[in-house]
Amino acid sequence: MLDVKNISVVFNEGTVDEKKALNNINISLEKGDFVTVIGSNGAGKSTLMNVIAGQLLPDVGDVLINGKQVVHLSEYKRSRFIGRVFQDPMAGTAPSMTIEENLAMAYSRNKKRKLTFGVTKHRKKMFKEYLQTLNLGLEDRLTAKVGLLSGGERQALSLLMTTFTDPDILLLDEHTAALDPSRAELITDLTKKVVADAGLTTLMVTHNMQQALDLGNRLVMMDKGQIIFEASGIDKQRLTVEDLLHEFQRIRKVQFEDDRVVLG
Amino acid sequence: MFISMFGAVESGIIYAIMALGVYLTFRVLDFPDLTVDGSFVTGAAVAALAIINGVPPIIATILAGIAGFLAGTLTGLLHTKGKVNALLAGILMMTALYSINLRILGQPTLSLHMESTIFDQLGSVWGTSIDNSLNGMLGIFGIDRPPSTWAILIVMLLVTVVIKLVTDYFLKTEVGLAIRAIGDNKRMIRSLSANTDNLTILGVALSNGLVALSGGLIAQLGGFADVGMGIGMIVIGLASVIIGEALFGTKTISRATLAVIGGAVIYRIIVTLALRFDFLETGDMKLITAIIVIIALISPKILQAQREKKRRIEKRRALEQDIKEVG
Repeated sequence: MLDVKNISVVFNEGTVDEKKALNNINISLEKGDFVTVIGSNGAGKSTLMNVIAGQLLPDVGDVLINGKQVVHLSEYKRSRFIGRVFQDPMAGTAPSMTIEENLAMAYSRNKKRKLTFGVTKHRKKMFKEYLQTLNLGLEDRLTAKVGLLSGGERQALSLLMTTFTDPDILLLDEHTAALDPSRAELITDLTKKVVADAGLTTLMVTHNMQQALDLGNRLVMMDKGQIIFEASGIDKQRLTVEDLLHEFQRIRKVQFEDDRVVLG
Repeated sequence: MFISMFGAVESGIIYAIMALGVYLTFRVLDFPDLTVDGSFVTGAAVAALAIINGVPPIIATILAGIAGFLAGTLTGLLHTKGKVNALLAGILMMTALYSINLRILGQPTLSLHMESTIFDQLGSVWGTSIDNSLNGMLGIFGIDRPPSTWAILIVMLLVTVVIKLVTDYFLKTEVGLAIRAIGDNKRMIRSLSANTDNLTILGVALSNGLVALSGGLIAQLGGFADVGMGIGMIVIGLASVIIGEALFGTKTISRATLAVIGGAVIYRIIVTLALRFDFLETGDMKLITAIIVIIALISPKILQAQREKKRRIEKRRALEQDIKEVG
C-alpha cells in the first residue's frame, strides 16, 4: 500500500547547522496495517510525515502508494490518496465556515470539484449520519460555524472529515498531543474505532508511548533520523513502556560505545 | 437635493459591482488586491475605446469585464506561481496597468459624449410611461424636480442583484467552498486536494472582472474614461465593504454580499452629503474616504478595549466590596 524507500533529508546542508533529519529510512505498510511511530523531539517523525504527505521533497528516495511513484507529486495532488489529521486542532477545519460546509469540502477530497452546490439535501442527511457516530451532538449543529467548537470537537470533526472518504493512507500527526487528557482519550478511542471499521492503512506519530502500544499492529521507534527498533504482531502486544525505554537505552548505549571507538 | 441623491444611488448601484469584486479578494480570499486601482480604469478604457470604434455598447461592456479578468489572472499568477507577496503583486500590476491604460486610451481622457452608450440605448427602449407614473408618485411627496429617467437606476439595480445572486451561488458550489477555505485555512484545503494556486488565480480574476465591468459602466454613465479615474478605487471598495458589513452584518454569504451593495450605495450618499459643505471640494473626497476607512477599521478595537476596561474596573470594585464586607 505504502512504500517508503531510502528516504534521506538533510537540512541546512553544508553549513554548521547541518542536520540529517532522515537518514536512509525504509518502511513498508501492507493494506490495513496500523503503524505507530514514536521517538523524542527531533527524531525525524514529523519530517517523515511531511515527506509522505508531499509537503517536503526528500533529497533522495522514493514514496510509492499502491505501487505508484508519488515522490514528485505536489501535496494537493497526493492528498487524493492521503488523509491527514494535524497536531493543531485548528489546522484541520475552516473556522468561519459551517460544519456542513467543512464536511462538504472534505467530501470532495477524492473527486473533482464542480460548480454544483457543495451542501445538498442528500449530503446533509449523510453528514448527519456520520456526525452521529461521534456522539458529540454535532449532528444537530450542522449550520454552526466551526470556530465556535471546542478544540476536542474540532479535532473529532477533523478526524471524521479525513476518514469518511476512505483514504488509501491515513496520516495521524500527533493528533491528540494538543488536547487535555480526557479529550485526548476520546480522540484516541474514535481513532481506534474508525480505523478498525474501515480497515484504513494508517501511520500514526505520537509522543505518548502508552498510546503507541495501545493502538495499531506495528510499532516503529525513531531516533536521530533513523529507525532504531521495530515490533509487530504478538511481539508488539507483549511490549510495555518499560521495555521500550530499556530498548531505547540499550540501542543508544551501543551506538555511544561505537562512537567512542570511532572517536578514540 | 433629491436629484443629487438620486444620482448618488444610481452610481452607487454601479459602484456596488466593483465593491463585490473587492469583497471577493479582500474578505473571501483574504488577499488585499491593489490591482483594482488599475483594472477599474482598464475596464473604462476598453469599453470607451470599443464604443468609439463602433462596437455595440453591450459587447463593449462585456469586453471591459474580460479585460479585468485577464488583469486579475496576471496578479494571481504573480502571487501564486511567482511567489510574490500579495500586496506587492497588486502594486506591480496596478503600476503596469497605468501605462497599459494610457496605451488603450491613446490620450489621458476619452470622451463618450458624441457616442451612444449602453444607457442611451436603454433610455430609447425604456417606456416613458414608467417614468411618468414614478415621477407622479414623487409629486405626491412634494418633489417637483423629478429625475429625467428611472431606466438606469432600475435596470442597474436588476443587473447588480443578478450579479450578487450568481456570486452567492458560486460561493456555495464545491469550487466556491474551496475558494472560501483558502481565505480561512489554506493548509487545510490543500490537504483536501484543492489546487490552491489555481483557485486563488480564479478568485482574483473574477474579482477584477467585476471591478472592470463596473469601470466600463461608470465610464458610460459619466460619458468619459480618464486614466486617473481609478486612483483610490481600492479604498472606496474597502469603505463600501466595511460600511456595509458594519450596518447590515455578515451572518451568511448572501447577507454579506447584500451588505456590500448597501455599503456602496451608502458610501455614495455620504460623499454627496459631504460635498454639500462649502468648505469641501471634490478633491477632498479621497481624504474623507481614507478617514472613513480608518475610523471603521480602528473604532471596533477601541470600543472593545473600552468595554474590557470597564468590565475589569467593575470586577475590581466588586472584589473590593467583598473584601470590605468580610473585613
